Amino acid sequence: TSVVMAAVCGRGLLAPLSGRLLAGPRSPIRSVAAAAAAAAAPLYDVVVSGGGMVGSAMAAVLGHDIHFHDKKIALLEAGPRKEYDRMPDSYSNRVSSISPGSATLLSSFGAWDQVCSLRLKPFRRMQVWDACSEAMIVFEKDDLDDMGYIVENDVIMSALTKQLDAVADRVEVFYRSRAVGYTWPLPSHSCDTSPWVQIELADGRRLQTKLLIGADGHNSVVRKEAEIKNIEHRYDQSAVVATLHLSEATDNNVAWQRFLPTGPIALLPLSDTASSLVWSTSHEHASELLAMDEESFVGSINSAFWSNVNHSDFIDAAGAMFRSAISLLKPSGTAVRQLPPSIAKVDPESRAMFPLGLGHATEYVQHRVALIGDAAHRVHPLAGQGVNLGFGDIACLAHHLSAAAFNGSDLGSLKHLLKFETERQRHNVSLIAATDVLKRLYSTRLTPLVLLRTWGLQATNALPPVKVRI
Amino acid sequence: QLSLFRLTVKRLLSTPRSSVDSKEMKKFQLLAHKWWDEEGEYSALHSMNDIRVPFIRDTLLNMSSNYHLGNPLSGIKILDVGCGGGLLSEPLGRLGASVTGIDPLEDNIRTADQHKSFDPVLAKRIQYKSSSLEEIVEESMETFDVIVASEVVEHVADLEMFIKCCSRVLKPEGSLFITTINKTQLSYILGIVVAEKIMGIVPEGTHEWEKFVPPEELERLLESNGFSVKTVNGMLYNPLSGSWSWMESTSVNYAMHAVKSGAQGESSPTDAPSEVEREQGSATAGTAA
Repeated sequence: TSVVMAAVCGRGLLAPLSGRLLAGPRSPIRSVAAAAAAAAAPLYDVVVSGGGMVGSAMAAVLGHDIHFHDKKIALLEAGPRKEYDRMPDSYSNRVSSISPGSATLLSSFGAWDQVCSLRLKPFRRMQVWDACSEAMIVFEKDDLDDMGYIVENDVIMSALTKQLDAVADRVEVFYRSRAVGYTWPLPSHSCDTSPWVQIELADGRRLQTKLLIGADGHNSVVRKEAEIKNIEHRYDQSAVVATLHLSEATDNNVAWQRFLPTGPIALLPLSDTASSLVWSTSHEHASELLAMDEESFVGSINSAFWSNVNHSDFIDAAGAMFRSAISLLKPSGTAVRQLPPSIAKVDPESRAMFPLGLGHATEYVQHRVALIGDAAHRVHPLAGQGVNLGFGDIACLAHHLSAAAFNGSDLGSLKHLLKFETERQRHNVSLIAATDVLKRLYSTRLTPLVLLRTWGLQATNALPPVKVRI
Repeated sequence: QLSLFRLTVKRLLSTPRSSVDSKEMKKFQLLAHKWWDEEGEYSALHSMNDIRVPFIRDTLLNMSSNYHLGNPLSGIKILDVGCGGGLLSEPLGRLGASVTGIDPLEDNIRTADQHKSFDPVLAKRIQYKSSSLEEIVEESMETFDVIVASEVVEHVADLEMFIKCCSRVLKPEGSLFITTINKTQLSYILGIVVAEKIMGIVPEGTHEWEKFVPPEELERLLESNGFSVKTVNGMLYNPLSGSWSWMESTSVNYAMHAVKSGAQGESSPTDAPSEVEREQGSATAGTAA
């Protein structure tokens, strides 16, 4: 994490001055294709590369922007079109926790209504606790607002597809189209080379654009081709996902997360009878979980949430003592620990695993290029933030692009792109670093660290200002 | 650079008296190809777009009742006098206006033409011509809705004639936007000493303090030639951040908006200071639709 901070701060310090000092090195110098060939390719104002949740939402937000009314936008997606009129009865195993801020963004262009008409599950409360002690922290809003929503990724994609259709005159979506090559312009040109970014698709078609937005995931091709350095770290963990059925129906409006020494296990509500599992654990354990029969799998989950095998008397006593101290100072600062629902069944075929890692691009922007979503930053799912960071990127970038369009500016100009980068890096780096620290802190059984995090969690639970910030 | 290097100089044989100054022309010849480097010699002009484009856009939006989504200046014919490499013409073109950019220096026009050629929308909306203002007067009587003369009048040889020509090519009740430098001690210190000699924001010799125009004098000349001055506002350049902002005082740089009297000698009433105040708010304030 210190490496991440150093890399980001270095760029952050240089940014305001670099405009005056470094004209060249910002963008990679590559030879530009012949002007004649380039001239034939259609020219777009913005091309978004990557049609996942973040890329599609970016294209949709711009397409619905009033100042982009006469602009041409293209969205490149390697896969096929995804749309549901009605969801299948079973739940998909890939879900996201959508924050209220993200919901606001989605409703700004009509996608949230689409999501609500399909399906989603609001939750009011989040309980996070340690397997090695009794310490826990509960998040809930004082007013009866929802804390967040658990939505299947397919539902979000379907909503976004519908909203893209609504602005099809402005946004052209290229399905089953993969970009295989990018050619970058020189930043200040005074000769006959094309000033635009050239894009070559797998089927040989070419596009030109004034601004390329890379939303192509943590293995971003845009980022690699732009030669933007990426700080990467592979966690020795994989996440196991599955769709689970509860033993008995319940309100199910709480999100549960327990930190085991091997990694956090989370239960995210889908309906009154179903929840989604996200269990981050070692690669070996993850493979075992996938291989074992359903009964053993369900047993492992229940035991992970309910068993106290990792407690030690010492920690329990220390924790209890701290808790009574807090209750003297702040009577309302200790809450009752609720027990998560027990699991009865798992959906067949719903078990899957994928590796986890950390990533952060040292630069989010270059001349005529911007990175958003996982292409810019990749985070551990323990904080439930991944896609919300991407939506936050979209809100910020769209704000700056809209203002630039209303000022008649060149959309690919670094001036406003840098403002986006500064704002988002400032926001994202602390969150990514904190998530990484939490992941490491909770990956150990060592008593001093357990004590530290136990008291830390109990203290944080008692302090409203800190909790609100989180 | 506190000022646009556009006003150029070629003496034209057909016009006995010209607003163009030959010494000025020579200064800009050398830099004709450097216009579009946002970090280069013209960087202060590039960043000036951040305040002068919203100023022009919002003033015109306030005066008209039509609003075309995505093209706020659609249907408006603008003359950009001393357009240089097209730094101001292009944003105005992107906002939907039909722009004619004129500049006496052919190299500037060549640069401007070349730069717009890659964007088919701009290539259609903007026309450049190598010419002085006087030369186009005959064929362009009362043709334009708006004239912008940004960082130009401080390079002009004969300011009154320049203003008269503006009046002739403007339609009645058309708008004239001028940005230029005041003639004060402060503008000497900041505009010449600091900008040219100390910090090198502007190449040395670009400006002559003698030719700077105080706003009172500009206002007097405008009012006595059929214009009604609506807005005057001071501008300030921050060399550390490389950005411009509005300020109360006009002691260094300033912008002026004037309207040519209508056929009956009436001109449309507008609120002077409040329009420009809006610039300081969000740029997206113009979501009138």
